[in-house]
Amino acid sequence: MKNEQFNNRDVSENGYFLVDIPDYPTDGWGKFTRVVKRTFKGELFVGLWVVLREMIKFDIHTVQYPQEKMPIGPRYRAVHEMKRLWESGTERCIGCGLCEKICISNCIQMDTKIDENSRKEVSEYTINLGRCIFCGYCAEVCPELAITHGGRYENGSEQREHFVLYEDMLTPIDAFKAGKQLEFEGFGSITPHEDERVKKTPLSY
Amino acid sequence: MSKITINIDGKEIQTQEGEYILNAARANEIFIPAICYLSRCSPTLACRICLVEADGKQVYACNAKAKDGMKITTTTATIESERRAIMEVYDVNHPLQCGVCDQSGECELQNYTLEMGVDSQSYTVKDVARESKDWGHIHYDPGLCIVCERCVTTCKDMIGDNALKTVARGADALSADYKASMPKDAYAMWNKLNKSVIGLTSGADMLDCTSCGECASVCPVGALVDTDFMYKSNAWELKQIPATCGHCSAGCQISYDVKHTSIENPEDKIYRVMNEWNYVSLCGAGRYGFDYENRVTSKDEVAFAKAIEAFKKADTIEFTSTITNEEAYLLQALKQKNGYKLVNKEAKAFQTFLKDYSEISGTKLYGSDLKETHNANFVISVGTALKSDNPNARYALNNSMTVNKGAGLYFHPISDPVIEGLGKSILTVTHAPLQEEAVMYLILDLFADKTKLPAKLAKYLSSFHYEKTVIVEEDVKEKVIEKVKVKKLNAETGLEEEVEEEKSTMVTKKVSKKVKVDENKLLKMLNAHEKFSETLTKNLAKKDSFSLIVGPDFYTHPNAKNLARLVALVEKYTEFKLTMIPPLSNSLGVALICELDDTKGKFTIGYNTKGDFILSALGDGDLDMPAINQQEGTLTSINKRVNPTNAALAYHGYELNDIANALGFDAQYVIEYTASLPLSSGFKAQKFDCLPNRYENDGTEVRGYLLDNVEIPMGKDEAVAPVSDKKLSGTLIYLANPVRQFSAFTNKTTALHEEAGIYMSADFLAKSEFNEGDSVKIKSDKGELVLNIISDNKISGDIACLPTFDSKINSEALFGSYRFATASIKKV
Repeated sequence: MKNEQFNNRDVSENGYFLVDIPDYPTDGWGKFTRVVKRTFKGELFVGLWVVLREMIKFDIHTVQYPQEKMPIGPRYRAVHEMKRLWESGTERCIGCGLCEKICISNCIQMDTKIDENSRKEVSEYTINLGRCIFCGYCAEVCPELAITHGGRYENGSEQREHFVLYEDMLTPIDAFKAGKQLEFEGFGSITPHEDERVKKTPLSY
Repeated sequence: MSKITINIDGKEIQTQEGEYILNAARANEIFIPAICYLSRCSPTLACRICLVEADGKQVYACNAKAKDGMKITTTTATIESERRAIMEVYDVNHPLQCGVCDQSGECELQNYTLEMGVDSQSYTVKDVARESKDWGHIHYDPGLCIVCERCVTTCKDMIGDNALKTVARGADALSADYKASMPKDAYAMWNKLNKSVIGLTSGADMLDCTSCGECASVCPVGALVDTDFMYKSNAWELKQIPATCGHCSAGCQISYDVKHTSIENPEDKIYRVMNEWNYVSLCGAGRYGFDYENRVTSKDEVAFAKAIEAFKKADTIEFTSTITNEEAYLLQALKQKNGYKLVNKEAKAFQTFLKDYSEISGTKLYGSDLKETHNANFVISVGTALKSDNPNARYALNNSMTVNKGAGLYFHPISDPVIEGLGKSILTVTHAPLQEEAVMYLILDLFADKTKLPAKLAKYLSSFHYEKTVIVEEDVKEKVIEKVKVKKLNAETGLEEEVEEEKSTMVTKKVSKKVKVDENKLLKMLNAHEKFSETLTKNLAKKDSFSLIVGPDFYTHPNAKNLARLVALVEKYTEFKLTMIPPLSNSLGVALICELDDTKGKFTIGYNTKGDFILSALGDGDLDMPAINQQEGTLTSINKRVNPTNAALAYHGYELNDIANALGFDAQYVIEYTASLPLSSGFKAQKFDCLPNRYENDGTEVRGYLLDNVEIPMGKDEAVAPVSDKKLSGTLIYLANPVRQFSAFTNKTTALHEEAGIYMSADFLAKSEFNEGDSVKIKSDKGELVLNIISDNKISGDIACLPTFDSKINSEALFGSYRFATASIKKV
């Protein structure tokens, strides 16, 4: 076991550093020159001209968001979903921790414990959507097709660290019973003709 | 043994004669796959995957010894097909549930399956129901078990509990076709595997052993896991912090595996303790006693100011030896600066003992270590409750007996079923307390070269011998000639005739003889078994390396000085190599660094012990201190090694270094003092950051550094006092902790927390009117105590044990300095 990593005792270091930005002017003259510079650069009129030009063309393609929404492809990677088993309706997630391991922005965390039936149970599961880059690795690595991406892309929030919890992602049981759970078709889903390609393990039964 | 050269895969390597090929390869960075082999144990031959070709013949690398000029090939086409078939067999009926297996990520079955490229399976057998079992602190899932028997091997060859064995699986026989179609070794291995699973030797439902957890640690798959760790964390999420265990003097290398506590609590927590099980074996305290940290959220400035006040007022610092060398150095520096008295009873006794010992030996320290005990083949333990004082010394004793075909002698007043269970070749002598000198004289008498001994001593030893005439029954074989009538065919006449013939037979007769025998009074004094001499002679056959372990009973013995001199004489005049067990974690370090005083002054600062102002890493004092798992520093082990340990958990309060800084010292971190530890005691001027903490592939311990065994001028006088005839009478008590407990720190941990009381053996309870759970008053001439009775099946005999691990019970109050005392026990 190498010990060098323990020789650095600077506990404050966490990878952040300051960017070199000149300070804002604090005195009156400085503030005045800044206003004058910004006002007379002429960039304002470029913008105004574009708006005016488009207005008199009367050729409008704007989607009236949020009243109108564009349809999204089934492989789109937005906020994650947790799926249920078709047979029993129980959660598919077994708590193997592979999504947590593969996550390149380290935004998935889970706590596991042993439950009353001596099985592994996920006691808590969160994804920090503020850090998530929606790369789809978690959905790809999941051996149970439990975590997938969904179509919910609206992440407006009061704070940057917008977490989703397990319960928010899990298919609601009423939606599941109504047959509304959709299989994800993107990263990690079963490719067509998988049945033909799989090698079967022989069994003596 | 001589050096030889062998050739593995075209690479010339040097190794010892008689070394196994596998070990030679590993030491030279050559990879031979192996599952069932454990470095310091005897080969199990369960997995057969270490097949290699040596001089054109297929052998198992784990049990084939290297011969000079041997040519070894690690892979051939047949070997590769064998290995692939073996891995396919291991995967038969193995659940594909790595996602919920605790071993996933560090699983040897996963690793070797990928290494051998097993992507399909050719063999099948019908599985049988294999339900998982809860064995207490260990959980066994036979469904995952590959029956490599590593757990059985380590329990037998290293630990000595013999708690596990293979039991019948009750499965269908393998299909007969496989015998012809499968590779030979793979079939043989499968045939054995398919018949067995692991079970408990005792046949009970729960494990009743010394609970070291080594079986779970060596398990290559997730079959044996620590119940407390089950499903808590995946292996890859844990950060490993290399450290040294701070519970006893063995100073085992461990790694604390840490991770954030939970999603809500980002603070680190220790999840488990891991060890390099090929080279070091832990006890239950080391493995499960890890969460004794002192959680302190902030610096308590008020308490700190009070502490500084107290230090200005105090004239004494009393402390225990559960501190690092650097802290001991600081205490000594504070003594030199402010003239404090340093009081530490157990280290002082050890220090005095070492000083008395060195007067004859001429060296500051004993000459050997536990590694030599592992390699010895005749081991004597005296003056220590081995299994609880230093579990690693017990492992060394057991390992020497099982792997080196050794034998042992165990002298102790308390008879110990665990030690007796180590095997037939250990002789236990349950002598009376205060008779330790007689033991040392006996060892001198049995093993010393009488011609070299000082004349006076030799004469004294011979005074114990006398001739005795005994009547011995001997079997004598005699030839008896009988005349028998036999019917025979006469060749000439063709008729049957009766002919008289002489026939001789051998008959054994019992004859009584008078024989003069040499008797030794010492044996009677020590209460040795009648057949002691006879068995010992048998056990001593073919023994050539000897090791002596001396324990803490000696240091506080009323005649400690005489004992120290006797121990030195044994080391000098016999072939025994000597190891002493320091009483607590870092007693050796403290004894070498601090000048200790006997008596306390008026105002005492207690460090992890009682005092007028208490600094405590247990969290119950006036000012909090970091525990050993929150500190950097070095600890001095029984093996005379200065081992570094790193901080596993953060500590946000004040430490001893802050106090020293406030009192005029200047060091940012306490480890700046590592390089200034006293050279005159054998320490080296090495900086903490340069100290390694690892094992090499060949088992070389690269940890910290070894102390120099400083020579000191010795006195010419080798006189020793005769055996004293003092005896303790009446009901006896002994100051010793149960297995897995060493101090208040072990008791603070959640896994080891134990109800303390007076420990009595089943015999003791049966003979007395007491029952388990009774509250009794124990009274000695020093004091009295009311405790509950706890029945302990790990001891036998008539001596009750009192523990020191619970700070609520002041057992020491009943004892003088010696670990045994006379007491009256009455029900309340």
